[in-house]
Amino acid sequence: MKPFAFERARDVDHALSLAAASPGARFLAGGTNLLDLMKLEIEQPPRLIDVGRLPLADIAETAAGGLRIGALATNTAVASDPKVRRRYPALARAILAGGSVQLRNKATVGGNLMQRTRCPYFMDAAKPCNKRLPGSGCSAMEGLSSTLALFGASEMCIAVSPSDMSVALAAFDAVAETVRADGSVQRRSVETLHRLPGEAPQVDTDLAPDELILAVELPPPPEGGQAWRKVRARASYTGALASVAVAGDRVALGAVAARPWRARAAESALADGASPAEAAAAELASAEGEDGRKALVRRLAADVIRQAREGVGS
Amino acid sequence: MSTVRDWAAPNPVTENRSGLIGKPVDRYEGRLKVTGTAPYAYEVETPAPPLFGHIVSSTLARGRIASVDISAAEAAPGVVRVWTHLNVPAQAARGTRLNPRSQRASNPALESDRVEHYGQSVAFVLADTPENARAAGGLVRITYEAEPADLDFLSSLDQAGPAPGEEDARIGDFEAGYSASEVTVDATWFSPLQNHAQMEPCATTAWWEGDKVVVHTSIQMVKGGQHALAETLGVPSDRVRLFTRYIGGGFGGKGQSYDDLTLAALGARETGRPVRVAYTRQQMFQATIHRPAVQMRVRLGADQSGRLNAMALEAVTHCARNAPFVEHAANFARNLYAAPNRLTGHRLVRLDIPHAGAMRAPGEAPGMLSLECAMDELAETLGLDPIELRIRNEPEVDPDNAKPFSVRQLVRCMQEGAQQFGWERRNPVPGAVREGRWYVGMGMATAIRGNFLLPAKAGLRLTGDGVATLTQGMTDIGTGTYTILAQITGETLGLTLDQVRVELGDSDMPPAPGSGGQFGAATAGSAAYETGMVMRRRLAELAAGDPRSPLYGEDPTLMDFANGNIVLGNRSESLAALAARAGPEGVYVEGGISPAADARDWSQHTYGAQFAEVGVDSVTGEVRLRRMFGVFAAGRILNAKLAKSQITGGMIWGVGAALTESNPVDPRYGSFLHQDLGGYLAPVHADIVNLDAVLLDEADDKANPMGIKGVGELGICGAGAAIANAVYNACGVRLRDYPLTPDKVLAALEAKGL
Repeated sequence: MKPFAFERARDVDHALSLAAASPGARFLAGGTNLLDLMKLEIEQPPRLIDVGRLPLADIAETAAGGLRIGALATNTAVASDPKVRRRYPALARAILAGGSVQLRNKATVGGNLMQRTRCPYFMDAAKPCNKRLPGSGCSAMEGLSSTLALFGASEMCIAVSPSDMSVALAAFDAVAETVRADGSVQRRSVETLHRLPGEAPQVDTDLAPDELILAVELPPPPEGGQAWRKVRARASYTGALASVAVAGDRVALGAVAARPWRARAAESALADGASPAEAAAAELASAEGEDGRKALVRRLAADVIRQAREGVGS
Repeated sequence: MSTVRDWAAPNPVTENRSGLIGKPVDRYEGRLKVTGTAPYAYEVETPAPPLFGHIVSSTLARGRIASVDISAAEAAPGVVRVWTHLNVPAQAARGTRLNPRSQRASNPALESDRVEHYGQSVAFVLADTPENARAAGGLVRITYEAEPADLDFLSSLDQAGPAPGEEDARIGDFEAGYSASEVTVDATWFSPLQNHAQMEPCATTAWWEGDKVVVHTSIQMVKGGQHALAETLGVPSDRVRLFTRYIGGGFGGKGQSYDDLTLAALGARETGRPVRVAYTRQQMFQATIHRPAVQMRVRLGADQSGRLNAMALEAVTHCARNAPFVEHAANFARNLYAAPNRLTGHRLVRLDIPHAGAMRAPGEAPGMLSLECAMDELAETLGLDPIELRIRNEPEVDPDNAKPFSVRQLVRCMQEGAQQFGWERRNPVPGAVREGRWYVGMGMATAIRGNFLLPAKAGLRLTGDGVATLTQGMTDIGTGTYTILAQITGETLGLTLDQVRVELGDSDMPPAPGSGGQFGAATAGSAAYETGMVMRRRLAELAAGDPRSPLYGEDPTLMDFANGNIVLGNRSESLAALAARAGPEGVYVEGGISPAADARDWSQHTYGAQFAEVGVDSVTGEVRLRRMFGVFAAGRILNAKLAKSQITGGMIWGVGAALTESNPVDPRYGSFLHQDLGGYLAPVHADIVNLDAVLLDEADDKANPMGIKGVGELGICGAGAAIANAVYNACGVRLRDYPLTPDKVLAALEAKGL
């Protein structure tokens, strides 16, 4: 681990001014991903700005009939909140599918969105990785990892986002509210908060270095059923091989792209009266990757859509 | 030398009058470990503030170090020393054995510019904090000259050669028997490279006291570690004092020492300060040993009634190019089923990867994943229940050597297991049971694992406070050794557990071979028992010869021990009083155990039957264990709780072998894909919702004086095969490529149009 400065933010403005004044600084919330990466020297921030004690953990109803979840609400708090469980059960399930109890007790909503890929070649500082060391190449392309992007990858990077929560958030059309040191507030769709790798896979999101997530806002839950499922090699405490969240007529896929992947082709096929299987096939038509991965996502998406429609999967 | 007849006489342990033998006593050190108060090797108090070492690992599989630049590392904050092969202090050449009785030869670190595997130690940094050491390690600049390397097992199978010094075991004429058989199975299984995945990494704290080095390290074999370090340093072994008191898991991976031990000792010597060195989690995967991959071809030939006429198990496995090791995956089959024509053997592929070595029931664990599924296939072909097929092939004597079995309750294990598990509810038609989106199926397999007794000693001191302290150069790697030795000593001397202390893990103590091969309890325990018997005789003689004792003048051979007293008729004296009179040091004796002269006249194993019920997700191919149950026979049980814990832990490792555990070698680099516990998937609690085991009543009077046998490795044997057979029963997919991950299951389901 490289030596670093540590500072605890007194309030949001303090956090933002510290960030604006220290290039390369990172905000620290639960630390469940960032600290691991620092020990491996994959992240080497010269300064950590601890935002973990800022008063940003409320979960409250919005005037629009939705829910505003503070960026520092823990995964455990969100998943166990009665409002979430009653109205956004697919979100509660997605969160509970992530990490372990201990990790969820520390991990926060804002931190979850900012976590980095678990691609084993990104996690191994000795290997070429364009996301970790721009221009060094991508060892995952010809590598052994079983979880590679099916959508939106580039020649530079085929890593996937590991977040389960964001898949459900994308299905609910959630928005992340952020603030910068100059006081400007922005609202960004969770679906597109993360960039596709393109030519610059080292940049995960559109957030500026001095931009802090304040909250995630959920619109009212859509009409129709909800369902969530995550496929994994063991029953807990491991990343998804694939996941699917369905909320009404919206479908999001997880572990298939650098961002939670809204299955627009599947959604429009469903709107045109397609069956769940046809809708899933329509989405996978544009996927690029190994046939087995595509088959898994296609079968899973079809089944979870069907489940949501039958109202048994929420 | 004793014979097994001597062992059969009743003794305090077999009589078990206080009931300590078998009692489900909690692990003595369990609370210390889970509350963080058991000092592990890295955490022991040091006589002065320590330095911290960090090992830098090679990123090349094979070749030589072309250049090193340590200037930036040396200039980094807090750095005290930076070593590479160019400036590391002198060590004995690899393989040196100054003392011919050393159990391990010299094992130098940073010995040359040669790189033989990815992850090999290439530099070492000593600094004032672990963070500074690690940060400076990242500043060591090394360039390599790469050489061609063989890294991929499956594409190197054509290079497989005989295992050194080994020949195939042949009985009868396999080829003739097989070709004459009415029903045959011929299939090949693959079991991948696996890692031990211990919680505690390899770690050492070292300091010097004059010309003697004191090391606390995490190792399964006390003498092996002591001797390896002494030979490496080129000093007599009595100049190395090795402690290993609390160990956070070994599983075979700590049967030897690693560079943390050598470099900590050298660092402490060169700086005059205590030094702590631990492997990182990544180094635990990349720089210690692993279980090699096994490709196993099984051929079975039987008649229509299911009686085996021919059986062959041919294994190909790998090892590091310059470190021969054979995963004896076929050997277990020699003793399991009757068949007149038999062939078993091993071939070895040499690769330029880290050393292969012993892990969790080496041999049986990967080997049984093949034969026990082949038996399932044969049973299906014959239309026989898999248990009935096995019963029809139950041998009357050991089929390998015609020796009588000491005791063999395999059939009873299967029958009791079937009854308790509800095997009769299994539908033999694959894919016939469906619950929602889940295919549900059941499978079974047998378990067999050898039992061993090695020479061992122990010391026992009885002091005036009435406390008996057993000392032994033995280890407790989390298996419960401390606890069972206390139970044996207490029962032997008629003491309660709070009157017994057990001290282990010190090379100055009477030696025991350590923990491995499920020989620990029988070996260390028998030595403890024999030492207790020596103490009984000594105390009886003391009492008989001491006018101050109420037992003065009586026949010492008639005296008994109970409730803290030595007793004869209605006269007795407390052991405390007897010891107090003997002097301030009390009474100290040593004793030991050796295998009986005729021990090899019997075939001696532990046995079991494994039953599993799984669900296979018809949509995704995920396999989830629904319940698992095993019945085992492993001699007299010393501690019902700990034995069951060992057995069920083994079964859980079997779940890992069947469903999740694998570490592929990246053929571009020679590194493992998974380098932490987040990527290398061992089962977690959610995978094990309903798993239980029963141990049959048994005493094996050919095994040792107590009739006990090992339980540490039996539980994994056959466990994975029961799961694979259940997967087939659930969905009709025969997968012979472990682990049975969702991608493989799904591909097979798709191929069947499901």
